[in-house]
Amino acid sequence: MRRRFLTFAMAATAATALTACTAGKEGAPALGSGPKPSGSASSALPAASIEVWHGFSTPGEVKAFEDAVAGFRAKYPQITVKLVKGVQDDQITQAVRGGKAPDVASSFTTDNVAQWCKSGTFQDLTPVIKQDGIDLSVIPEASRAYTEFDGRRCTMPLLADAYGLYYNKALMKGEQPPKTLSELTELTKKLTVRDADGNIKVAGFIPSFQYYENVPTHFAPTIGAKWYNEDGTSAIGSDPAWKGFLRWQKELVDWYGYDKLNKFRKSLGQEWSADHPFYKGKVAMVLDGEWRNAMIANEAEELDYGTAPFPAADDKPDLYGGGFTSGTVIGVPKGAKNPQAAWELVKYLTTDTQALVTLSNAVRNVPTTKASLEAPGLKKDANFQTFIDIFAHPRTSTIPSSVNSSFNQEAFQEFMNQWEQGSVKDLDAGLAEVDKRINDKLKLSGG
Amino acid sequence: MSSIAHATPRRRHGEGLKALLWMSPWLVGFAVFFAYPLAATVYFSFHRYDLFTLEFSGLDNYRYFLTDDRAWISIGNTLWLVAVMVPAQVLFGLAVAQFLTHLKAGAGFLRTVFYLPSLVPVVAGTVSFVFVMNPSGPVNQVLGFFGITGPDWFGDKDWSKPGLTLLAMWGIGNTMMIFLAALLDVPKHLYEAAAIDGAGAWRRFRSITLPTISPVLMFSAVTGVIYALQYFTQAMIASRVASGRTDSAGSTFVPGYPELSTLTLPQWLFHAGFRDSTMGYACVLALVLFAAAMALTLVLLRRFRAFADDEGGGR
Repeated sequence: MRRRFLTFAMAATAATALTACTAGKEGAPALGSGPKPSGSASSALPAASIEVWHGFSTPGEVKAFEDAVAGFRAKYPQITVKLVKGVQDDQITQAVRGGKAPDVASSFTTDNVAQWCKSGTFQDLTPVIKQDGIDLSVIPEASRAYTEFDGRRCTMPLLADAYGLYYNKALMKGEQPPKTLSELTELTKKLTVRDADGNIKVAGFIPSFQYYENVPTHFAPTIGAKWYNEDGTSAIGSDPAWKGFLRWQKELVDWYGYDKLNKFRKSLGQEWSADHPFYKGKVAMVLDGEWRNAMIANEAEELDYGTAPFPAADDKPDLYGGGFTSGTVIGVPKGAKNPQAAWELVKYLTTDTQALVTLSNAVRNVPTTKASLEAPGLKKDANFQTFIDIFAHPRTSTIPSSVNSSFNQEAFQEFMNQWEQGSVKDLDAGLAEVDKRINDKLKLSGG
Repeated sequence: MSSIAHATPRRRHGEGLKALLWMSPWLVGFAVFFAYPLAATVYFSFHRYDLFTLEFSGLDNYRYFLTDDRAWISIGNTLWLVAVMVPAQVLFGLAVAQFLTHLKAGAGFLRTVFYLPSLVPVVAGTVSFVFVMNPSGPVNQVLGFFGITGPDWFGDKDWSKPGLTLLAMWGIGNTMMIFLAALLDVPKHLYEAAAIDGAGAWRRFRSITLPTISPVLMFSAVTGVIYALQYFTQAMIASRVASGRTDSAGSTFVPGYPELSTLTLPQWLFHAGFRDSTMGYACVLALVLFAAAMALTLVLLRRFRAFADDEGGGR
């Protein structure tokens, strides 16, 4: 009895522990292997049915995407487009791996683009882009950068996010938004309100790296910090811009007092709810994406606020006006059943001005071609215009593609959390350890 | 004589084939669900594998494991849960079951009360639990009523694992029901005889109850250890809810909040395989998990066997 139980227990533990590591196979026609109607009349494309996976999930977003696709349906009536909403990156990877890839897939994050391009999860679009004579210079450089890896363009930018400063006009007490980090510090101290015990009631700006959008990627462009060396190894430890920024941040955290700031941070509402502290007048200035404009319109209509580029490092004033950008990407996965029709849809959604403007107006993201940015139909007020200007700014940048993008950001983020708590005694040694982790992982990945 | 000598091996051969035929469903299951995953995991652990391309990398994945301090932190956290959470679950389940067997009235109602939490979906239960135990939540308010300043359960690295242990104890329903059935199955006359001989409550529990229910205790301990080694969902959900940070596009979430204290080995394995696409390395972690599960299961089985032999149970 015991022996049988032992065998059963061992088999059960082994099976459950090991089944994560089994492999699958894939196989389907490659993009460009079918007939070539691109560039010719739309009616030349043969009838087909394509399945499109996208990440939009709220009713408004889903309808917006449907509306953007409507133009394609009108142009290509012989192509049936089936839309599948709310799809995550893991599902795309698993579907391609399992040989059940959709014809078109899009993702809200750019973190997996390098891996997808390198592994061939998404097909290289370069041949059909050349075939159709598409001039990629219509897309700003930063968006071109985050949609390709190592010379292999496997995705196209659909819409972009740009990051800047939001400020509550009532809490600013007539002050203008800061343009340098020193000005941000000065204004933060001026606008912060504490009670008699020193507890924070209103924060001028929350410098904590554990606060919502305060992640290293979003700060890097305006402090001029570098992520990688030419050979792909980490440049974080050797770039003085990161050190300068971390020291600036720690000084401001210490001015608040880490415990006081942490207590205040934990008392605040959720980032994706109507209780957001910026809406509630708990924080005067926040770093956020352009999509916050739409959320404010829906959740805090009465809020009187302004937007501006995020302040630049004191010694790099020329970076002011730029910011971080990334966005939604879309491409044709390996194994797509109708790759040519899929490419036509990708091309339409990412280069057709009307399609981009329709989608941008509905979900309030930045459109990704220069023509769509200047289109008269694009809805924009002064607050949204700020982000269009940031997106188009020559110093706007993104995090360079890396096969370990998520890991690298997490490694640095983990260090930054320790840094602000004061548990890092030697900044240089700590950053060197971050470099080592990133470089070791790069080696493990064969980079 | 020669014909008999000739027939025996043939008959044996036929019987062997027949036995194989009868065993084939199990053999197929064993090959598909055990042998193949095990062999594939070992094979992939020597490769750089991103789910699409496979490249032999020798011992690189194993070398990386030795220097990956997050893996060791996750192993430490997992072993903490095995060492604390599993005994806490078993002891609490046993105590509740024992309490329910002695109830004269209201036992049915209380059984339902104790069992209900195990019916709550894991994600919903964990989110609710984190809310109930947030710094200004109901639990800390009750503690405050008694003059105790409650901790920031899931926001403090020293309290996050005890918080998860309380969550596991809250959902003790299944274990409790098994213990309850085992306790009700203990022959009453043994207790009566022991009582006549002057044995006290502890002596009766030690010499009658424990040996009799030891197979059930062993089952609970072994399945509890396996469960703790695979601990994933609750730790991941609790850390995300407590951090207040989502894993949305453009946002960076470091698993194991706060300060890696809830990072378990299965989480790190999943992260390595499906987030970082280093599946070869994830296979090394899976083998470590497998080895730990086997070793702990063997140790537990031997301990229980020794206990049962000492007590003369040996069922």
